[in-house]
Amino acid sequence: MNEIIVLLMGFLSIVIVNNLVLTKFLGICPFLGVSGRLDMALGMGLAVTFVLTLSGTLTWMIDHWILMKIGLEVARYIAFILVIASAVQLVEMYVKKFFPTLHENFGIFLPLITTNCAILGLCLFINLWGVDNLLEAVVLSFGGGVGFTMAICLMAGIREVLNLADVPKCLQGAPITLITAGLLALAFMGFAGMIKQV
Amino acid sequence: MVGKETQPDLNRTFFTGLWKENPVLRLLLGMCPTLAVTAAVRPALTMGLCVIFVLLCSNIVVSLMRNLLKPHLRILMFTLTIATFVTIADLFLKAFQPAMSEALGPYVPLIIVNCIIIGRAEACASKNTLVVSIVDALGMGLGFTLSLCVLAAVRELLDAGTIFDIRIMPQAFVPWTVMAMPAGAFITLGLLLALVNLFTRRVS
Repeated sequence: MNEIIVLLMGFLSIVIVNNLVLTKFLGICPFLGVSGRLDMALGMGLAVTFVLTLSGTLTWMIDHWILMKIGLEVARYIAFILVIASAVQLVEMYVKKFFPTLHENFGIFLPLITTNCAILGLCLFINLWGVDNLLEAVVLSFGGGVGFTMAICLMAGIREVLNLADVPKCLQGAPITLITAGLLALAFMGFAGMIKQV
Repeated sequence: MVGKETQPDLNRTFFTGLWKENPVLRLLLGMCPTLAVTAAVRPALTMGLCVIFVLLCSNIVVSLMRNLLKPHLRILMFTLTIATFVTIADLFLKAFQPAMSEALGPYVPLIIVNCIIIGRAEACASKNTLVVSIVDALGMGLGFTLSLCVLAAVRELLDAGTIFDIRIMPQAFVPWTVMAMPAGAFITLGLLLALVNLFTRRVS
């Protein structure tokens, strides 16, 4: 029972309180680039959630069961980035083979995910927070993806409305998006301290 | 003779990175570290120096092996090269600047996925000679560091009233705590980009 509460708290914490995009600045590139339309944002969010869950779990396993056993922590970053790149490649091949329509829809996002800092960032944070339980690592990586999806979809919703607004010329494009993100972050600051920081 | 011919070209390559194609202010690359480490000038400068080091080394290596690269494996080779140098930079920081390494946290290893570095490897170093790649790396790296420092200076000044921990504002200054928080980072960068847009429109 106690374990379930810990997992639930971890999930809520990574989705809302320690949101990857709005408090840790991870995955800002797609957050600015792909948040123009709601359906694209949702596609990107789902793709990231999938890869994040997979690579968060895999890197935890490799870190704890291989690298720490043989004392090769120095090679951690190289191992992590290799795992992420291969995971993305595998997912792309799998989706292309078995879900061709899905591949057409979010095919362009998949290669981009390798250089999405949210993925490597969360793997590093899981390592930094000293998560020593496989289940916790899985929940945290899945929650990270859900948090990213939520943030990017919120942003896309706001930007669809923002298109109708009369924005001063020099603020158009990235600047107004960043300021909107700042206001969103301000709103999310209200959740800070709700759960003890992981 | 050859030196004279390539001189203006090198100059242009260098200054392109500083202003015309400034990675942060113009190309909007490398946003994560830009926002995450600019709460004060000192970590921003450290981050900038790390990026210059990694960018320089990876550009040199990629430029040297550009004729051996297989097209479908090149991104993998770039990433592995970058990851190696980032590990070196990270271990160096841990050994000689432990407090700074602690403060920067995972953002040093995150240089691996910094789009500036892989972007320069792809767009410049894999096509150009060693000298051009080095100059390009220096220009881009300096451009990145400068924009980070400007952003950090604004945020530190308004948050704590100091720059480099030296007090600038009068004692009566009320700190804008929000500047040190994520919201302050987003809004300051947004306004800075707007200012750059305004300025370039005036000039042109």
